[in-house]
Amino acid sequence: MSSHTDEPEPSPHEGEHLPSQRDEHSAVPADDPFANPGLPPHEPRRQDIDEQAAKRSERSVSLLFALSTLATVGFIACYVAIPIDKIVYIWPFGHVSGLNFGLGLTLGLALFCIGAGAIHWARTLMSDEEIVEERHAIQAPPEVKAHVLAEFRKGAAESQIGRRRLLRNSMLGALSVVPLAGLVLLRDLGPLPHEKLRHTRWKKGTLIVNESTAQPLRPEDIVVGSLTQARPDGLDPHDENFANEIAKAAVMLVRLQPEDIKDQRSAEWGHEGILCFSKICTHIGCPATLYEQQTHHALCPCHQSTFDLSDGARVLFGPAGHPLPQLRITVNDDGYLEALGDFEEPPGPSFWERG
Amino acid sequence: MKKLSARRRHPLAAFVVLLLALAATGGLYATLAPGEAKADNSAQSLAIEEGKRLYDVGCATCHGNGGQGSSDGPSLVGVGAAAVDFQVGTGRMPLQQPGPQAEEKPEVYSQEEIDQLAAYIASLGPGASVPEESLYDPAGGDPAQGGELFRTNCSQCHNFSGQGGALTHGKEAPNLHDVDPRYIYEAMLTGPQNMPSFPNTVLTEEDKQDIIAYLNEVNTSSSAHQGGLSLGGYGPVGEGLFAWVAGIGALVACAVWIGARSTKARKS
Repeated sequence: MSSHTDEPEPSPHEGEHLPSQRDEHSAVPADDPFANPGLPPHEPRRQDIDEQAAKRSERSVSLLFALSTLATVGFIACYVAIPIDKIVYIWPFGHVSGLNFGLGLTLGLALFCIGAGAIHWARTLMSDEEIVEERHAIQAPPEVKAHVLAEFRKGAAESQIGRRRLLRNSMLGALSVVPLAGLVLLRDLGPLPHEKLRHTRWKKGTLIVNESTAQPLRPEDIVVGSLTQARPDGLDPHDENFANEIAKAAVMLVRLQPEDIKDQRSAEWGHEGILCFSKICTHIGCPATLYEQQTHHALCPCHQSTFDLSDGARVLFGPAGHPLPQLRITVNDDGYLEALGDFEEPPGPSFWERG
Repeated sequence: MKKLSARRRHPLAAFVVLLLALAATGGLYATLAPGEAKADNSAQSLAIEEGKRLYDVGCATCHGNGGQGSSDGPSLVGVGAAAVDFQVGTGRMPLQQPGPQAEEKPEVYSQEEIDQLAAYIASLGPGASVPEESLYDPAGGDPAQGGELFRTNCSQCHNFSGQGGALTHGKEAPNLHDVDPRYIYEAMLTGPQNMPSFPNTVLTEEDKQDIIAYLNEVNTSSSAHQGGLSLGGYGPVGEGLFAWVAGIGALVACAVWIGARSTKARKS
């Protein structure tokens, strides 16, 4: 793999490498700067001229094949000998199943050695003469063309397609109509979401239920610095459409010292510093609930969008395009937190008609 | 009786009656007030006193003379004994140097001193106390339920199996491998540094124990190993990097070997 053979150095030793001086393939004049250099002259490998070296290569290849055979035997032995629940420590993998490791290692070795043996064989012993195989012409010979055309005309005449107009036209009609079936299926790309993404399960008077305990939340449950995952009351994880509904309705509740809340509207939509935000990131909908209680930042784990929950969930960083929607909450007569309505804007990622 | 009645309009009568009433109230209180509280208080107040002494030396610089906080450290009024036990017991406090967050390091105080400090801080205001062992014993929890709860409440920062992860500006959620269940419980209860707290109203005591049982199942030295190179358990990013670098690297090396010019006799 040395590159100095490619340099046109006019030393007497290397002179034969210059295109203009090559006798075999130099069909072009010597003064043509774009002359086809042709193939470099064939150089024999050591194995081509030294039978000892060839024998060594043969032994290496055979060794690889023998190793593969042994590995296959080892595979069968592993399968028979190692109990399925045996755990062994192997650096750097740690504790692994001995059977899995043994089977994988031996089978991998068996396959690799076959491949490596074949490659080594091809590289050292098989002929390495460079050969040029010219492309055949794309155009068929005239007699073949004439024959095919004659066959075609004969077939057309026998089918009577030119004579029976009704048959021909109805066939063309059928063929042109049949793609409509595929076209109609494209309708399944729709329909447009219309209002579906704008409404969630939250409505006026919906209780806010703790996701972990399934109990409705009261204001005193949520202390400053805590984080509570919640869902609307009446949405049961066993419901058929739970996944679709929770994907829009999941919220998190935090409580801030009222004087820490910078956004006046956000403070008014909360209750005594308790703020309820959609936890669906407005970028592509991951749950953005990495809440830092000292900075009041909520992060999205997917693309690091950062929202400032003390400032109306304003986007501080990252690809999210909108603040997290806030749910207006209040306390009902029984002392439980409830929603004052649905989100004002669609929660979750932007979509075409969001506006 | 007549004599007493005759003096009821004396200028000092009201004063005498007041004195008598006060003496009676005081006497009644002295006889009826619970006596055993006194013995308890002396041991407790001794611990508080010792804690105050330790606090003045080791903590007051940042947290203020009375735990009221300063520009260098938050107020400790109302954080409770559990927070002290966690912060000092894991070596996070006293802080070694200012930084994005306090790092875990070998603890500076003995458990006895930590208890005294905790007693002093607890005396500043009501807060969470150090949990009983029965509350955080992993054997008492349901790991399956704990897994659900962990994925809902904790995995966003600490990763699905508690391997930890990065936050903003150099902060991080630490790996929970082999963390003492007591400290996991206290961390959930008190919300150290930027971690939000999960008071018992948000995650009940049983919920916390379930979460500890789950972590004990998946992320301790004694938890069962299912095999395989975990690559830190960081998920698709780490695994993808490994596959691209090691796997495709090996394939490229093979391809280079297959395509390389074989050794020629003239140059060997």
